[in-house]
Amino acid sequence: MDIPKEKLRWIYGRMVMIRRFEDRVAQEFAAGKLPGFVHLYAGEEAIAVGVCAHLTDRDYITSTHRGHGHCIAKGVDVRSMMAELFGRSTGACKGKGGSMHIADVDKGMLGANGIVGGGPPLACGAGLMAKVKGTDQVAACFFGDGAAEQGTTHEAMNLAAIWNLPVIFVCENNLYAESTPWTYHCAASDIASRAAAYDMPGVLVDGTDVFAVYEAAGEAVARARRGEGPSLLECRGFRYYGHFQGDAVTYRTSEEEEEYRRRDPIERFRQTVLSQGLLTEDELNAIDESVAREIEEAVRYAESSPMPSPAECLTDVYVDYPAAQLAFRH
Amino acid sequence: MVVATRVISYREALNEAIRLEMRRDPTVVIMGEDIAGGAGIGHIESVGAWGGVLGVTKSLVSEFGRQRVLDTPISEAGFIGAAVGAAVTGLRPIAELMFVDFFGVCMDQIFNQGAKLRYMFGGKAKVPLVIRTMIGAGFGAAGQHSGCHYSVFTHMPGLKTVAPATPYDAKGLLIAAIRDDDPVIFFEHKLLYDTTGEVPEGEYVIPLGKADVKREGSDVTVVAIARMVHVALEAAARLAGEGIDVEVIDLRTLSPLDEEAILESLAKTRRLVVVDEDNPRCSVAADIAALAVDKGFDYLDAPVKMVTAPHTPVPFSPSMEQFYIPSPQRVINAIREVI
Repeated sequence: MDIPKEKLRWIYGRMVMIRRFEDRVAQEFAAGKLPGFVHLYAGEEAIAVGVCAHLTDRDYITSTHRGHGHCIAKGVDVRSMMAELFGRSTGACKGKGGSMHIADVDKGMLGANGIVGGGPPLACGAGLMAKVKGTDQVAACFFGDGAAEQGTTHEAMNLAAIWNLPVIFVCENNLYAESTPWTYHCAASDIASRAAAYDMPGVLVDGTDVFAVYEAAGEAVARARRGEGPSLLECRGFRYYGHFQGDAVTYRTSEEEEEYRRRDPIERFRQTVLSQGLLTEDELNAIDESVAREIEEAVRYAESSPMPSPAECLTDVYVDYPAAQLAFRH
Repeated sequence: MVVATRVISYREALNEAIRLEMRRDPTVVIMGEDIAGGAGIGHIESVGAWGGVLGVTKSLVSEFGRQRVLDTPISEAGFIGAAVGAAVTGLRPIAELMFVDFFGVCMDQIFNQGAKLRYMFGGKAKVPLVIRTMIGAGFGAAGQHSGCHYSVFTHMPGLKTVAPATPYDAKGLLIAAIRDDDPVIFFEHKLLYDTTGEVPEGEYVIPLGKADVKREGSDVTVVAIARMVHVALEAAARLAGEGIDVEVIDLRTLSPLDEEAILESLAKTRRLVVVDEDNPRCSVAADIAALAVDKGFDYLDAPVKMVTAPHTPVPFSPSMEQFYIPSPQRVINAIREVI
């Protein structure tokens, strides 16, 4: 596959950024610095990056409760992301969304989503907008293997197909819906083959191989941009962390986790580009260092940012509404 | 400028509002089950079949085409969610939820997505969406096609709720709802579609959040919603012969609420009856009663009365259904209790 060098650098940089971001979030969470709870994307980097490599800021994505990786791949500023997770007023959502609703509509990122299966209908809406306006924008819909069993996902795939919408359904099969293995919750032998029910192409992809994801997503995005309708990709991979931080992960064996490490998407990328002479060790290390600096800076920015004023609770509910009716009655 | 008016139905007034806004703004699209009807059937592809189950969207497809008048599968979660996504990304969709009772199958997309996105995104998004939906008993449609349920939506931050009682209000409020940058749930009472009234030609806007005094009076304030406005007016007309002067306030918009109009009237009449076809618990009626005792306590010379449906689903048989729906006689009885 002929991927321009600049794009290879971008792919590696985004994957490393996601990994370092999530590892750092795990650390800050363990230190008790983050309110709420977090679901981490480490291990799945090749999927978000391989898909978003084909998108521009004008394209849209919908995401999941495990949304940090999608944000980073779509170009959301990591400082504003970290500040959001710290609950600060400088956060991407001014501290009103947190990890599960982190978003940046200006970057086409329509939000992490606390509802499993919440995103697919929204992606159809973004696709419908492009179709009605006659633009070549597309919408990529990330959802997990858990959401593959939600009615909204099936309704959205059907709707996208009958309306011929430019939507790419990307199932991130990380093998477990919370603690329940996909082999239990899914009646089919793979999720990609469900595409047949909606008369769209369905492709099973190794979600730990960014080149494979890049190639499959490239075809699906091009097809959508040509006005030929939706596609379904099932990207099969894994997550290093548990469902949420604090999950003891008793449902996986250490052998299984060893196997994950042998298939690490970032390591695989390094080996491929080095062995084929596409990028040098120095180039990769320089990217590592630059990412490390950005993460440090993001944490510094978040920690030094103010908490939102409590009364900010009362703003941003509506574009226009009587303020007195948003407040306490007394 | 002289604005021509003529007598048309509530149904026609709604159709006209949508038509005018679709002409004015190419980002306005409508979607729902059978809103044109007959999609993909050659001989009616360009004219549609039903124009909505009760004909509100009739003939819009002839003017605007299938690209902007979208028949959907019976898939409310899918297409209501798509309307939310389209609104966030730059269209002004009007989605039709055929009967409000169907909210159970798509509430996540309304409540967790449409209503909350702007807030969760720190004000960076807007959701200029209208969901039109049919409410009300009196059609013999029984438990799953006859509720009002606007109380449920009025409870939710992020949504605006509108329930017009007349053709004039229906048109002006729907135009306002379509132009509004927030999600608006627009409740149309099925027994009002054939009612008629004077409606100006052309565009006009009735601002959301403004109640309307449908009858001025000095002895008691009756606050009513949608079809209950007409029930209240009938009660008022019957009591006028006895020298009881009833003021009838049509709320028109439930969220935001025109508190000022209610309290002003209460200051004058010192008595309040609320007439609401929805179930009574945690309802708009209960909310207004709470407002009266909280902010209007010093005005009150009598207890606040709520005339509502009972705490039951809507029954089928006409004898029970008529018992269920608040009647002019029940409103009169309530007024007599507070006079």
